[in-house]
Amino acid sequence: MAVPLHFQSLAELAECLAKREISSVELTRAVIARTEAVEPSVRAFNSRDAADALAQAEASDARRASGQSRGPLEGIPIGLKDVIAVKDQPLTASSRMLADFISPYDGTVTTRLRGAGAVLWGRLNCDEFAMGSSTENSAFHPTSNPWDLTRVPGGSSGGSSAALAAGEAIATLGSDTGGSIRQPAALCGVVGLKPTYGLVSRFGLVAYASSLDQIGPMTRTVEDAAILLGAIAGHDERDSTSLRTEIPDYRAELAGRRGPWRIGIPREYFGAGLDPEVAAAVERAVEHYRGLGCEVRPVSLPHTEHCLDTYYIIATAEASSNLARYDGIRYGHRSTKAKDIVDLYFQSRAEGFGAEVKRRIILGTYVLSSGYYDAFYLRAQKVRTLIRRDFLNAFRDVDVLLTPTSPIPAFKLGEKSDPLAMYLCDIYTIGVNLAGLPAISVPCGFTGAGLPVGFQLIGRPLAEADLLSAANAYDQVHAWGRKTPRL
Amino acid sequence: MKDVNSESSSVSSVSTASSSPSAARYEAVIGLEVHVQIKAASKVFAAVGTGYGHEPNTLTDPVVLALPGALPVMNKAALDAIIKAGLLLGCRISPVCKWDRKNYFYPDSPKNYQISQYDLPVCLGGEVEIELPGTARNVMGEHKRIPLTRIHLEEDVGKLSHGTIDSLVDYNRAGTPLMEIVSEPALHSAEEAYAYLTSLRASMIYGGISDCDMEKGQLRCDANISIRPVGEQRLGTKVELKNLNSISFVRDGIAHEIRRQIALVERGGVITQETRDYDGMTGTSQSLRSKEEAHDYRYFPDPDLMPVAVDEAWKDRIRATCPELPFDKQRRFLEQYQLPYTLTSVLVWDRALADYFEQAAGLCGKPQAAGNWIVNDLLRELGNAKTTLAECRVTPRHLAELVKLVDAGMLITASAREVFAEMFATGEEPGVIADRRGLRNAPSDGGELEQWCRDAITANPKALAEFKAGKDSAINAFKGPVMKAAKGKANPKAVDETLRRLLAVS
Repeated sequence: MAVPLHFQSLAELAECLAKREISSVELTRAVIARTEAVEPSVRAFNSRDAADALAQAEASDARRASGQSRGPLEGIPIGLKDVIAVKDQPLTASSRMLADFISPYDGTVTTRLRGAGAVLWGRLNCDEFAMGSSTENSAFHPTSNPWDLTRVPGGSSGGSSAALAAGEAIATLGSDTGGSIRQPAALCGVVGLKPTYGLVSRFGLVAYASSLDQIGPMTRTVEDAAILLGAIAGHDERDSTSLRTEIPDYRAELAGRRGPWRIGIPREYFGAGLDPEVAAAVERAVEHYRGLGCEVRPVSLPHTEHCLDTYYIIATAEASSNLARYDGIRYGHRSTKAKDIVDLYFQSRAEGFGAEVKRRIILGTYVLSSGYYDAFYLRAQKVRTLIRRDFLNAFRDVDVLLTPTSPIPAFKLGEKSDPLAMYLCDIYTIGVNLAGLPAISVPCGFTGAGLPVGFQLIGRPLAEADLLSAANAYDQVHAWGRKTPRL
Repeated sequence: MKDVNSESSSVSSVSTASSSPSAARYEAVIGLEVHVQIKAASKVFAAVGTGYGHEPNTLTDPVVLALPGALPVMNKAALDAIIKAGLLLGCRISPVCKWDRKNYFYPDSPKNYQISQYDLPVCLGGEVEIELPGTARNVMGEHKRIPLTRIHLEEDVGKLSHGTIDSLVDYNRAGTPLMEIVSEPALHSAEEAYAYLTSLRASMIYGGISDCDMEKGQLRCDANISIRPVGEQRLGTKVELKNLNSISFVRDGIAHEIRRQIALVERGGVITQETRDYDGMTGTSQSLRSKEEAHDYRYFPDPDLMPVAVDEAWKDRIRATCPELPFDKQRRFLEQYQLPYTLTSVLVWDRALADYFEQAAGLCGKPQAAGNWIVNDLLRELGNAKTTLAECRVTPRHLAELVKLVDAGMLITASAREVFAEMFATGEEPGVIADRRGLRNAPSDGGELEQWCRDAITANPKALAEFKAGKDSAINAFKGPVMKAAKGKANPKAVDETLRRLLAVS
């Protein structure tokens, strides 16, 4: 039986659309229908606007009919995490604070997707303000893992990974501050790429931790990730941290850059806490590369043990300041109980923010406080430099690093009530954000219980083309991301 | 009058004159923090225009309003302006500066943090030259150079207006580029603070950096004030005085605070570190918050902005646009044009007026005469007409022509004033006005004038005798009849010379 439209890859659909075998309206209708069918059990979306999506699809078909197709994304329904601004659509960050907020402007990635002809489809659930690893911190509702509805889809971009795995979008965008694209991609059996810090503009991305946040693609195949990255990457004068760099044709480079790659296995990433089934699946991926003639060698990233501490100082410090703007004065939730201005801040923020957000704001406020700054924030910045140096040292001898993405497969909804246990989910992904490197999670099989497993490839700064090629060398053979869950 | 001996935390009003005997035993130490809005087309981190008096919340965008996802981008023109301010005031320009977040909650601050500069400001050091009042109006006062600590760039906040049931906030001002100019604690009186602010303000206006209109909040001043016994080296506990929103309020507020502190210490009280609000209308101050209530701003480097390197080429480009400062100009005017101090002290404080003077002086070659016309007549007419030099119809060339006509004996001073008044109103050439109104002196070819002089001398033998007897003023008795014969158009200088020549041989 042919693969239904909503489960086809972006590359396949682009070809079908180009050949006029299907229209964007047909495709979009199929995706909407699929969403209506499975969304009651998956709950990946915070909001969706079918009429708006169909109008975009009609406009896309009209462009194609008049010979003005904008490229491979023309007419493809793409879902956006609800932390990316889309003009005239809700932008909630899955927070009560922004429950009624409508963005009056498009973020840069949104503008670029529109410019590439994509059909923007829906606002995808996530942990509140992208803080979490299970999407359970959403103020609205949890999202289920399509492979096991009793389990989490990962987080914070859990809506993006679940919608993709469930066939509710052809590709999605997530954001990744400590693993928020890669970990949910691994847990839902899809591809997730966190680009080099500065490759994709953050303008229009609700800030969590500005020096770590990056938007990236989540797709069914590595090839799709290459296509989508090409559409959103590149310098943006509205983001001062955006890099000025040539953007290659990542998809074309997939074929052009063949290995064998020298693959480093960081020994610190295979220690206690790693699920044996995950370890076995990752080991099979390593074997695949060996089979391609790649040299696989152990490497060491000695400061790995400090990654979690460093992350929770820097990320929370930045968050405490970034989230100060949510005060109920200009927009967002405003308490009706307040007696005066100070009380208005207290009440609005007490009512508007969830527990994890408050925990991180308090932690971040503390580490920046007078008398503690040097001991915490300043020291964390120094350790961050050492962590980055570890990676760059390793890249003298190898081309990519291969690790598990998550130490464990998808866990049960409600299972991890201890914040520290939840923080450990990001243990293999956080270092990449601190070092500003690109990394991709590639699906590499399933556990005995049928839960997806992913491995992570980490590349040199701005070496996305190499990283995608190396990932594709595995993915084009195994294509675990093409498997579909029974829903 | 409220209680002189009120506690420092309550409203205070001090009537003790600064000349009281106790005042002489104390030295005041004052440091000023001056905020100057940079005149820039757009905001410091957003592509939105700046301005005053617009409809509330129209000069905004997602960045100014701190909407979710908005990011700041530095406006290079604002950095140009602060570099210029630094070069004008002799600061060291940091080769690298960076941006920090100053975190505090207040409704006028859209992000609840202000982008500012903590440990790497654009400008370090520098100084502001001041002049204290001289012993008389025509005597130059003592000059001092007040060292600066730093100048940094930050963003202005919005404006709150408080109603009876609610408060409204206007974010038009939010994000306007703002310099904070911090002096060392090196001022010792309200008069010095006044002179400092006057000089600083003039320098900023000279540089085109700001219009420094205090009514529009373009220049704002906070003062840190402490006192110590004369001879003591350690600094006393400082009190920060806020809301000094006119230059005279700065002087009055500081004088008031010094008197308050002396009065407090004199009766055995202790100065507590606090921030006080000065009310210029009532001349009183009130405690805003104590040291314990001070903010912890939790400064940290803004991760949304990159550090900025300012290289020599950048500085050179700005240096080429730096004007001569008022005191340097004054020294040059005294030297180059040999002007009296009084004239220079009027001319140099307005760059346009000084330029006007230099053009007129250059065209007529009579600097002092040109200066006198400007300071006495032009400024008076401008004041009467409530207009500005920019709108004035009398060009420097017109003025120079007028000076030349007078100097050549073609116009007597009284006529020249008439010509000037008409020229001010119409913008016509002075010669044209003089001719039309018949004010130009009759041509003094010597023949006619000499005859009138002879007639006058012959007609008044008494005055002749007196003059011969050594009474020089007797010559005036002849001048009236000569002028009458000349119908008032004789050149007084020529009349005087001719009379003396004839009297010498009479």
